[in-house]
Amino acid sequence: MSRTAAAIDAAQAQGRPAFVGYLPACYPDMQTSIEAAVALAENGADIIEIGAPYSDPVMDGAVIQQATTEALEGGFRMDQLFEVVREVSSRTDAAVVVMIYYNLIDRMGASEFARRLAEAGGAGAITPDLIPDEAADWIAAAEQHQLDRIFLAAPTSSPERLARIAESSRGFVYGVSLMGVTGQRTAVSAAAERVVTSAKAAGAQRVCVGLGVSTRAHVAEIGRYADGVIVGTALVAALREGGPAAVGRLASELSGNS
Amino acid sequence: MSTAYREASGPYFGDYGGRWMPESLVAALDELEEAFGKAKADPEFTDEFERLSREYTGRPSPLTEVPRFAAEAAGTAQGARIFLKREDLNHTGSHKINNVLGQALIARRLGKTRLIAETGAGQHGVATATAAALFGMECVVYMGAEDTRRQALNVARMQLLGAEVVPVEHGAATLKDAINEALRDWVASVENTHYVLGTVAGPHPFPEMVRWFHQIIGEEARAQILASTGRLPDAVAACVGGGSNALGIFHGFLDDPGVALYGYEAGGEGLETGRHAAAITLGRSGVLHGARSYLMQDEDGQTVDSHSISAGLDYPSVGPEHAYLADAGRVTYEPVTDAECMAAFERLCRTEGIIPAIESAHALAGATRLFASWGADGAEKIIIVSLSGRGDKDVATAAAWFDLLPADDASEAPQTGVEA
Repeated sequence: MSRTAAAIDAAQAQGRPAFVGYLPACYPDMQTSIEAAVALAENGADIIEIGAPYSDPVMDGAVIQQATTEALEGGFRMDQLFEVVREVSSRTDAAVVVMIYYNLIDRMGASEFARRLAEAGGAGAITPDLIPDEAADWIAAAEQHQLDRIFLAAPTSSPERLARIAESSRGFVYGVSLMGVTGQRTAVSAAAERVVTSAKAAGAQRVCVGLGVSTRAHVAEIGRYADGVIVGTALVAALREGGPAAVGRLASELSGNS
Repeated sequence: MSTAYREASGPYFGDYGGRWMPESLVAALDELEEAFGKAKADPEFTDEFERLSREYTGRPSPLTEVPRFAAEAAGTAQGARIFLKREDLNHTGSHKINNVLGQALIARRLGKTRLIAETGAGQHGVATATAAALFGMECVVYMGAEDTRRQALNVARMQLLGAEVVPVEHGAATLKDAINEALRDWVASVENTHYVLGTVAGPHPFPEMVRWFHQIIGEEARAQILASTGRLPDAVAACVGGGSNALGIFHGFLDDPGVALYGYEAGGEGLETGRHAAAITLGRSGVLHGARSYLMQDEDGQTVDSHSISAGLDYPSVGPEHAYLADAGRVTYEPVTDAECMAAFERLCRTEGIIPAIESAHALAGATRLFASWGADGAEKIIIVSLSGRGDKDVATAAAWFDLLPADDASEAPQTGVEA
């Protein structure tokens, strides 16, 4: 059974959208990134995304780029990604997935990557620059190790593409709320609801929405039509400003616990 | 009988190419693929492209024999002949204009009103700004912050042409980071914006489309050498960064099995130093900027920074069709160091009165190396070298290299840049 699907269903059973929070591995250092992710889970996150710092993150805006660049300058290695996943998985009840650009998987080999992710207790991976058309290796590896594979759906995706994305994903589909990269926006794009509706019409069972989501009001608005709400940049900014405690406070506010 | 290499089309070239891209851009890539497919079959489009190539770019570019250079470079291969395909004489000073005019015409057919581009040291940015001015389009060029400081004159050229130049501070602030930033812009602006990718890399249909706009280089060269010597050359040499001028000229000869093809990568300070851009020679398969190809990467898959005296070759990957041609053995790829390249640069200046782009000088150095390998057997041989760009932009770099500047100024010498 998909652990992210289970986490989303458990939240839905409580009458609320799942809260999905992103933080990069090893920012500002490995131990602090683990503590921050634990604080995130303890304050309402149902699913935790651990970002793998990468040299060429084309889907990320300035805040996340800055954080992952610092993590790389601090000597981030892939071994540490699995360490962070292992620690956060063992210390929380959240489903832990990684957000990872594909060349990092490709270099290790999809099969070896999936084996190590599963062994570390990871639930799956979000692959922002991998489309199902190119994903045969990753899908086979994820299948073999019972991992969720989360593909992105965009406002510009055709119904045919959405069907393929829905069919190829396991766990949930990541609905991109707007045309752009990660980062805070003042308002939720009108495209967000369309993406959810279209992806569901194309067969997606669970759709979580991310990109530009940063306030409790955004979460509440998106939660009316999506199965889950994804927050990244705002949490990374909180971590930078105030450490794991600030992440915990923001998570509590975003999830409606405070 | 040879394989029909010329017919190779995307999205895959053997194991390479594809679309390793965010889903958000797939619809735009589909739209571009369809528009390109229709355009190249539409006489109205091809007539307009040919008219601009003739009347604006100045095509056909000449094929110039360089006997004094050949006599010095030939060693024991005395009698061997070298011809240069003079893309340096195109408007804007390099082959880049061929692709930019083609893509701007496609963008206009798609109803796009804004062009964006990446540039290393400025030549592709200048070409894109030129096309935007010609078609009355808005233009934004992304350029590594370090390059904008070193290439202040090229920044001014783009600004004179009406473009906005955005310095990219993220990452290593190099060409690859400028591409990342252009892609981020495109994800958010794709409705009214076309991304004029400057080389035969990126997601399908870019590698196939950019090659198509540069094929004229090889087609002209083939006809010109036949007219001039009555036979095909023994070898064709070109520099390879992303690889657009090389694919353009190779295309005319890919299915002539008697013509050996050579691509010269930037060997920088030497492969043993790690400071180079020899993606094919030392890279391994990976995905970057939308394509699977040879890639300079570390054990984890992080992109490794490349180094070259020529900013235009300073790219850690290479177009996917080159990766395919390397594996197939149709083209031989070798690294040329900064030192070898600058020796050939100086020789062409002194013997022929032609200042080449430092990028193109890599191919001149490669031709010199071919002579040495042939020895006396090379006496009857003919080589065509792709002179992809002119070296006006490189004068300060060359002056620093040859110690022609007062000591105080040498450290401030700008880097160069015709992207290959």
